[in-house]
Amino acid sequence: MKRIWRWLIPLAAVPVLALLAYGFRVSPRDIPSPLVGRPAPAFALDTLDGAPWSLEAHRGKVVVVNFWASWCYPACYEEAPVLERNWRGYRDRGVVVMGVDIQDKREAAQKFVGDLGLTFPVAQDPKGTVSVDYGVYGVPETFFVDRRGRIRMKHVGAVTDEVFRATVDGLLAEPASP
Amino acid sequence: MRAIALTVLATLVLLGAARQPAGAQSTKPVSEDTVHEVAAQLRCVVCQNLSVADSPSEMASQMRAIIRERLAAGESPAEIQRYFVDRYGEWILLSPPRRGFNLLVWLLPVAAVVVGLTATCALVWRWTHRPRRARPSPAAVDAAMSERIRREMERGS
Amino acid sequence: MTPELGYGMTLVALGLAVYGGVAAGVGARTGRLALIESAQHAALGVFALVTSCFVLLTYAFLTFDFSVRYVATNTNLGTPFYYRITGVWGALEGSIILWAWMLSVYTIILIARHRLGARELYPWALATMLCILAFFLLVMTVAVPPFQRQTPVPADGRGLNPLLEDTGMITHPVALYLGFTGFTVPFAFAMAALITGRIGDTWLVLTRRWTIVAWYFLSLGLLIGGWWSYHVLGWGGYWAWDPVENAAFMPWLTGTAFLHSVMIQERRRMLRLWNISLVILTFGLTLFGTFLTRSGVIASVHAFSQGSIGILFLSFLALVLLTALGLVAWRWDALRSEGELDAVVSRESVFLLNNVMLVAAAFTVFFGTVFPLLSEAVRGVKVSVGAPFFNQVNIPLFLSLVFLMGVGPLIAWRRASLDNLKRNFLWPVALGIVAAAAAFALGVRSLLAALTFATTVFVAVTIAVDFTRATRARLRMGESLLPAMGGLLLRHNRRYGGFVVHLGILIIALGVMGSHAWSVQTETTLHRGEAAELAGYRFRFDGLSAVEESNHFKVVGAFTVSNGRPLGVLRPAKKFYPQEQAPIAYVDYRLGLREDLYVVLGDFASDGSQATIKLQVNRLVSWIWIGGVVLTLGALLAILPERHKGA
Repeated sequence: MKRIWRWLIPLAAVPVLALLAYGFRVSPRDIPSPLVGRPAPAFALDTLDGAPWSLEAHRGKVVVVNFWASWCYPACYEEAPVLERNWRGYRDRGVVVMGVDIQDKREAAQKFVGDLGLTFPVAQDPKGTVSVDYGVYGVPETFFVDRRGRIRMKHVGAVTDEVFRATVDGLLAEPASP
Repeated sequence: MRAIALTVLATLVLLGAARQPAGAQSTKPVSEDTVHEVAAQLRCVVCQNLSVADSPSEMASQMRAIIRERLAAGESPAEIQRYFVDRYGEWILLSPPRRGFNLLVWLLPVAAVVVGLTATCALVWRWTHRPRRARPSPAAVDAAMSERIRREMERGS
Repeated sequence: MTPELGYGMTLVALGLAVYGGVAAGVGARTGRLALIESAQHAALGVFALVTSCFVLLTYAFLTFDFSVRYVATNTNLGTPFYYRITGVWGALEGSIILWAWMLSVYTIILIARHRLGARELYPWALATMLCILAFFLLVMTVAVPPFQRQTPVPADGRGLNPLLEDTGMITHPVALYLGFTGFTVPFAFAMAALITGRIGDTWLVLTRRWTIVAWYFLSLGLLIGGWWSYHVLGWGGYWAWDPVENAAFMPWLTGTAFLHSVMIQERRRMLRLWNISLVILTFGLTLFGTFLTRSGVIASVHAFSQGSIGILFLSFLALVLLTALGLVAWRWDALRSEGELDAVVSRESVFLLNNVMLVAAAFTVFFGTVFPLLSEAVRGVKVSVGAPFFNQVNIPLFLSLVFLMGVGPLIAWRRASLDNLKRNFLWPVALGIVAAAAAFALGVRSLLAALTFATTVFVAVTIAVDFTRATRARLRMGESLLPAMGGLLLRHNRRYGGFVVHLGILIIALGVMGSHAWSVQTETTLHRGEAAELAGYRFRFDGLSAVEESNHFKVVGAFTVSNGRPLGVLRPAKKFYPQEQAPIAYVDYRLGLREDLYVVLGDFASDGSQATIKLQVNRLVSWIWIGGVVLTLGALLAILPERHKGA
């Protein structure tokens, strides 16, 4: 073997190290949702007040579907006031906020809503069918559905005012029919 | 003539009746083993690296319930897998589907074994067929001693 | 006071380690003994300081000193005394200090054992050890200092991760780290061999016992981890092919390959390049393991945290690999000696096959673990590589390894004559086939189970054949039975230690096969008084009760188990810790030789009227732990000092 080729041996380690270094740029928990750009799965649940609520009924409005749980601390507690604030601000402009509670007991959900003074519709997803339908893998997660019923954005983690307003403003500017 | 027509008609009616009308769901009894099999191929989304079958978390329990319902409604395991992949992406399958780039992870280990075995065979061949260096002729060894040596070496201790 | 004192000690230790490493290296290069001795003193100083840090941290834990951030994050006033001690190494910072401490202990032992015996290699080995120690101390000062001050001092701490409140905590990390750090010493000697050019057998012979000890502790760590997973984590399994589990498994695989291939080098003076590469690979994999656990690059249930520590570890891994492999390239000519084999059918060939299989398995595990990352880098798509993949690809490899385990010890060195093969393998092969047929007759239909069964019987019979023949030889010479057997074990302790270790692996293999092929499980919801049936066992739900403990609240379910006759009550629980978001399921189980009963409590109604449970009947899992005990005995036997070999 010629002298120079032996120095390939240490160089062989470089691709592996480079791959591991690449790992720093991505987070293993950041799973991109395949649902973005596709029609939002339909669902119908009863709110905590007992009223029926379905996604179909709100076609033509911008719908913000938020998945949360009372045991999701502190993120869900941080974003609930944000959602409430923006719900009150946008409800007259054709925006609906729906909070879907997963893996929770009814009393815990009601306490959460009562303690934080939430007025937007909140329903429980007792069997988890809706959360699985939306590909939810943790809480909180928020889906922004446009007027034509397609999911346009998925936000993982607590929603902030900036994210909410920027996304919803953008979706409101779009026409309701194609 | 009429007999043939009637038979054909009867057969058609029977065939029509045998096919389930669209929309009617058949409820098949679902064995827990099947649920377990399907769930074992899916990754529990809230755990790290456990399957939906194994995970004790509530989310996994709900996913198993969904699998059970869908199996009872007549869906095949492949359809259920596709449903989950549609919602979560390829990531939810615990074994990467054997397509395209993913073939690399299935084939490379096999290739490694093949390469290793081939290299070993080649080396062994080369090492057993080397022209031997001329060795100094051994001192005269009597038969009993060489027999003991042979047995010792064969015992390999 | 404590945080500052601890931090100060760490800094001084770091300085001493750096000084010692440099001094030993310069002393080795220039031959100045005074520098080497100075380095030894520095090592002693590092050991004293790190031990003091460890003691100080434990003291802070025991006295609830919440001014230390690490203490505040990992205990609270309710943490039981026992776990206040084991909690010291329960999280990231503590694990680093444990690692550094073990390295310093090993350095002292290295000095004591080798400073007189290995004149040429010793100084460089010492330098390497001190440099590696310096790195870990650097991590302790720069990235994750255990002695950071917590301001303001909280009234109560956060608490230990509840999954760590278990006896597994005192043994699993300790054993595992003893294994990982243990491989540093053979690596250090390999570096010394490369640097000095003395790449013959000296470094191998010196490190033989180190390798066995490190290998043993790594095996023990893996087994205890499996046991911990089995009885705490609530999923009824002992191995999940989790990335961090894989990270500990890979050095075990290459370490096992190394253990075997050194025997070829000892006897035939071949494979020097291969052996040096294997030890570098093994040490590199241990660093890779710590990198994986701490960098958050690959998601894992074990992952401690993310942050700058990952970059530090990756840089160090890069430095180690490039330096070591660079040295190999430098010494290439001397390392590449042509080998010579007498015959294809010989023990050498079997050992080579063994190495190929083990390294291939290590490669498979490695590639499967990093593939998600690769897929994302190339395709932008995240995929998962989990248990189904690893099981499918690795099981054939492991099965062939078990088979080789039977062939290797009995086949002759150099050249195996037909007579030798017949004498040694006729009975094992015959009985192996009989075993497969018997399995089939008894209703075993899984090909894999039948093959495993046949192979294990084959290997067991080879061990029996060898042992009986050797014992009979001694009996013929006039000894009585027990002294003959005992004498055999002691006089050839390396060989028979190896046999006993192989026997342990066999038992583990049977346990793994049984649990994979024959375990059953089910999930059901029961009302109070209702019963579920599984595999002949009846589980009756008696009700729930709520209990308040010192640092958590738990709901316990009571299930009466019977299989014709009453077997007792199982009480799986769900524990609610204030610092954890979701409740933690605690299984209850009933272990047995043939099968284990396993109950996990899932969802339940608040009034205790119904509960969802997961039931498992796991077969032969206990054999895995028994195999571990046998493995321990074998390793102990193998490490014994060599007796003077008599006639």
